[in-house]
Amino acid sequence: MKNDILFLKEKAKQIRKDVLNMLFKARSGHPGGSLSAVEIMITLYYEIMKYDPNNPRWPMRDRFILSKGHAAPTLYSILADIGIIEKDKLLSLRKLGSPLQGHPSHKAIQGIEASTGSLGHGLSIGNGIALAGRIDRRDYMVWILLGDGELQEGQVWEAAMSAGHYRLYNVCAIVDKNGFQIDGSTTEIKDIDPLADKFRAFKWDIVQVNGHNFNELAVAMEFARLNKRRPTAIIAHTIKGKGISFMENKLEFHGRAPTEEELKWALLQLK
Amino acid sequence: MGIITTQVDTASLRKAYAETLIEIAVRRREIVVLDADLALSTQTYRFKQLFPERFFDMGVSEADMIDTGVGLALSGKIVFVSSFAMFATAKPWEQIRNSAAYAEVALKIVASHSGISVGEDGASHQAIEDLGLMRLIPNITVFIPADANAVKKIIHLAVETPGVVYVRLTRPSLPLFYTEDTEFDNKGFVLLRNFEKPDAVIVATGSMVYPSLKASLELEKKGVKIGVVDVYRLKPYPFRPLLPIFQGIKFIVTVEEHNIIGGLGESLSSFITEVEPHIVKKIALPDAFGVSGNYEALYDFYGLTTEKIISRIEEWLKSI
Repeated sequence: MKNDILFLKEKAKQIRKDVLNMLFKARSGHPGGSLSAVEIMITLYYEIMKYDPNNPRWPMRDRFILSKGHAAPTLYSILADIGIIEKDKLLSLRKLGSPLQGHPSHKAIQGIEASTGSLGHGLSIGNGIALAGRIDRRDYMVWILLGDGELQEGQVWEAAMSAGHYRLYNVCAIVDKNGFQIDGSTTEIKDIDPLADKFRAFKWDIVQVNGHNFNELAVAMEFARLNKRRPTAIIAHTIKGKGISFMENKLEFHGRAPTEEELKWALLQLK
Repeated sequence: MGIITTQVDTASLRKAYAETLIEIAVRRREIVVLDADLALSTQTYRFKQLFPERFFDMGVSEADMIDTGVGLALSGKIVFVSSFAMFATAKPWEQIRNSAAYAEVALKIVASHSGISVGEDGASHQAIEDLGLMRLIPNITVFIPADANAVKKIIHLAVETPGVVYVRLTRPSLPLFYTEDTEFDNKGFVLLRNFEKPDAVIVATGSMVYPSLKASLELEKKGVKIGVVDVYRLKPYPFRPLLPIFQGIKFIVTVEEHNIIGGLGESLSSFITEVEPHIVKKIALPDAFGVSGNYEALYDFYGLTTEKIISRIEEWLKSI
């Protein structure tokens, strides 16, 4: 690990605070899926990915695509922390005139690799970037973060088939498996399991991790980078609303911003 | 500019597309081509034979094809994606809107087999609403070449035009009436026939330009003066410079191989009602699903032949 675990844990607290403040101010957005993905995105941006904050379009950089675009606040907060977005912009999330659109917009912010929000697109886009890397003989990795509900989109499996077929070993799909979607739990609405078997059947290598454990995430991601055989899927088992007691595994916080009382209570838990 | 009106040969638009793509790709290393299991029909297999490392067949997965193209374009490639018009526009419409056009990437959708002239395959394969679907999306440029020489110029234009471009091609070969030196520039239209004081003006696009041109030539023999305009770019609208040509005429006729809703006729009407009072008569396909048949029989059935264009114009000349 490049960083001390305590440093990463402090980062996670800071990002969660930002996310909650942003969502409160915006009075809308998606706390549950933003909070479940915090450790995944921190591991990518602080431990794993090659990039230059002073040159966000550096051609050799690793690419990150937030296919589950509704977790945008977590990404914005990290981009602000590493200096790609101005920090004082964060609280303008979802407001008229802000580059921080409700879901990520490629044209609005350097550092956002693709416009996402409508589910199911990210893996195909990532495959395209990976194919370009192959043509240009550049050895960057493409990291795509997908939701588990998102895996019900048929296009994800078209793309999984493409990556398997073309042996896109420079692609790593990370599934934020928090177990919930808008209408209920994924097992109840439309079960996506057995997930590892599905990816294996599409000619992928699989790693399963605790999606809130920095060590496990970093080891899995290093494996993905070293894997020159096939694309890697990291199934990250997470908790929706992670870190805030009254949001954890609570369906209502998929798409509802905290009230002022809830915000105070939540921030106390992140002290 | 030059046009040929006698002893016209026909030529394949799809083949002209593939040949032009190859010609450009020799110089431009950033050209990449994707297809969705129709490379033989769209003719992109010709590109694959010469540039296998820059061609990817995405299989029967059109949504995946569009977004893979988006990823390549985000990485600096100029990406051509091809399939039948139905499967290149209607099926992955949301991918074109949300991932390609919203991010303004260099994705060039070149669709073959548009319109009713797919023929025997029937309604499921007859894209008669593709122009409407594409022009509804912001940041898209829509081109409709009328013959193989126009295709050559328009594929070059597609490369030079930033962002998402839609190019509509047909399955049948079309009469080759443009000479090779004809200019296709940012004007978006070619004035094919102009008269001092025309009775009416035909504004046609794609496969309907040549039948319209012939209708005008026939009507001239009867002393009727009908101007003819080829609109090869539907979006952004190219219509404003045509206003002087419309001065004092009885009516405008739009002719297109597309649903009467959403295509050229509606575009021109929508433009013109903002600026001048004109009657815009529309020759197009009815708002109905097509049927199987030989394409020439279908053109006759739906009134898209020179003879039927003539008779409808003569009717309107009497009644308007």
